[in-house]
Amino acid sequence: MGNCGCTCSDTKEKKLQEIIEKYKDLEGALIPVLHEVQDVYGYLPLSVQTKIANGLNVPLAEVYGVVTFYTQFSLYPKGAYKVQVCLGTACYVKGAGAILEEIEKELGIDVGKCSEDGKFSLDACRCIGACGLAPVIMINEDVYGRLVPSDIKGIIQKYKEKVD
Amino acid sequence: MQIFRAHVLCCAGTGCTSSKSLQIIDEFEKHIKDNHIDDEVKVIKTGCFGLCAEGPIVVIYPEGTMYVRVAPEDVKEIVEEHLVKGRTVSRLLAGHHDAEAISQSLDDVDFFSRQKRIALRNCGVINPESIDEYIARDGYVALAKVLTEMTPQQAIDVVTASGLRGRGGAGFPAGRKWQFAANSKGDIKYVCCNADEGDPGAFMDRSILEGDPHSVIEAMTIAGYAIGANHGFIYIRAEYPIAVQRLNIAIKQAKEYGLIGDRIFDTDFSFSLEIRLGAGAFVCGEETALMTSIEGKRGEPRVRPPFPAVKGLFGKPTILNNVETYANIPVIFTHGPEWFNTIGTEKSKGTKVFAVGGKIMNTGLVEIPMGTTLREIVYDIGGGIPNGKKFKAAQTGGPSGGCIPAEHLDTPIDYDSLARIGSMMGSGGLIVMDEDNCMVDIAKFFLEFTVDESCGKCPPCRIGTKRMLEILEKITNGKGEDGDIEKLEELAKSISKSALCGLGQTAPNPVLSTLRYFRHEYEAHIYDKKCPAGVCKAMLQYKINPDKCIGCSLCSRKCPVEAISGERKKPYVIDQSMCTKCGVCMETCKFAAIYKG
Repeated sequence: MGNCGCTCSDTKEKKLQEIIEKYKDLEGALIPVLHEVQDVYGYLPLSVQTKIANGLNVPLAEVYGVVTFYTQFSLYPKGAYKVQVCLGTACYVKGAGAILEEIEKELGIDVGKCSEDGKFSLDACRCIGACGLAPVIMINEDVYGRLVPSDIKGIIQKYKEKVD
Repeated sequence: MQIFRAHVLCCAGTGCTSSKSLQIIDEFEKHIKDNHIDDEVKVIKTGCFGLCAEGPIVVIYPEGTMYVRVAPEDVKEIVEEHLVKGRTVSRLLAGHHDAEAISQSLDDVDFFSRQKRIALRNCGVINPESIDEYIARDGYVALAKVLTEMTPQQAIDVVTASGLRGRGGAGFPAGRKWQFAANSKGDIKYVCCNADEGDPGAFMDRSILEGDPHSVIEAMTIAGYAIGANHGFIYIRAEYPIAVQRLNIAIKQAKEYGLIGDRIFDTDFSFSLEIRLGAGAFVCGEETALMTSIEGKRGEPRVRPPFPAVKGLFGKPTILNNVETYANIPVIFTHGPEWFNTIGTEKSKGTKVFAVGGKIMNTGLVEIPMGTTLREIVYDIGGGIPNGKKFKAAQTGGPSGGCIPAEHLDTPIDYDSLARIGSMMGSGGLIVMDEDNCMVDIAKFFLEFTVDESCGKCPPCRIGTKRMLEILEKITNGKGEDGDIEKLEELAKSISKSALCGLGQTAPNPVLSTLRYFRHEYEAHIYDKKCPAGVCKAMLQYKINPDKCIGCSLCSRKCPVEAISGERKKPYVIDQSMCTKCGVCMETCKFAAIYKG
């Protein structure tokens, strides 16, 4: 954060304080705050958690405990393209396992990891509810369905070629 | 009010949105305008029709013509042919690949005609973002009736008399739950809605919220009046952005119309609602864990009693029902509990929505009266198994449920009969498996899920499920040994008895039910080192049938590890010591000469 030389870290910090202000009198504020702060920063590093703990006046241990309990919250940054492979039951019985393996091979990263250039991250996710299209993957907001392993190369290639 | 001669309904549920239905809606708007019929034809964005396999779906009324797998490029033709010239576009009709099975209207489609839609009554019928359309379908009539004509006790009596049982899994009678909370003393009470649909493969709650959010709001307000609560929480998965957005719109509209808020219908009753987002934890579907999560903490369950009806959210008496349960409530009041009582079986009243997926033609959402057999769902409504394969099992109840084999296809589906055959109703996921699915692998899949989702609070679940998973991994890796099955059974029994919450207690079910009906598959893995379905890689060999191989060398060139060799025009062979079992050879062979054995 903040090493890009611009003022974006200040803007983020300001947004963080606004979020804390908005929720601090709400009963059970921590989870809504974490959701919104993660939208601002993209993830929840310890430095950000410390600020939340101070702002809401709860122990850092409690914040960390909640962040690590829920899969939606991440301690690590995600890639510019977040690849999510649905491993819900409907997708699994239709071969989502092989799709996942193919993507791991194609991206050269394991599940839960981010590529070194920060372009791709790969996660296995729970049912995204497009069971009629099983097996499905999501890359950011785009959904690809009715896949077979040989489709993967072409799909990933499209994103590799994209320039931000 | 403006009258339109035709209505174009386009599904904007998650499934169809994933295949560009929003773009299709835009195209309709555009082409309808281009043809100057925009004051005659109205385009409506609806919730899910249920036939997700054939999405995106467009239905045109008054005829009820259903077009399936519509692409944005097809819209121009539909507008010009159907809406302008009045000619059906046959190539996009359901069943168009078979002249005899072709269906002109939605009501002719087997998938719909055999269902009874109560909870889904408005899904795919109204625009979920319009409160007026909900009201036009008798929305908020039940709330008016309850608030102005009934005492809270009378409202509870109606729910009790209807026989409605919780649709979230355990099937606890809803009326009794309400009664307990009403009997609890306290100034502050809460009404909660469980929309944290965690069962992988179940999506009916999401579809109801996306397609008919007001039904849940109306029901929760009725529940608030019945038990004496003035505030409600909807706990919903953050992974359901469309549902969250539509709920927010619906709550805002209901407030503007005075249907929630202060002094509703000029009575003394006030009720407010707020949404809390889950953050991806399966255990938060358990009631005490869900409440702990709303409180902003780690969603760990706690010991019951005290039950939430006595001491729930923020320590106050609370009722928690799931989305589908609530969706049934308004109709029970408008049609009467006696009507609801006539549907279903003796102990399971009404209907149940199932999310049917896996190896079945018509994947999607179906709502059937309780007591319908599995066979009717799989074959008559679901259209059977694709590619001429054989039905092996249906999995219900998700990670807490079990697999139902072919011999029980004629079991009527209700809470008690499913429990008797070792599965459970659960929230309504129904995944069909064919002969290519390995049941040991499926058991392992569910155990992986529970191990991952175990919150870690109680040792039987935290440690026990992990040990069970290790044994299953051993077996699927071809290292199973005599005594493994017995160890699994022993562990399963003690976890069921000693785990703290429902998640832990039911975690061994997928193993127990597959052992009950598919023990021979476990034995084949352990003693013969074979996976009969050809799924478990460690026990699998790709082989070339020399009679079919013509020696074209394609597989050898495609093999990433150069494990295939031979002389051109003569049968090739696979070197098993090098083969990584990736399956590329089998995919590429044009002569079906490669098989798994």
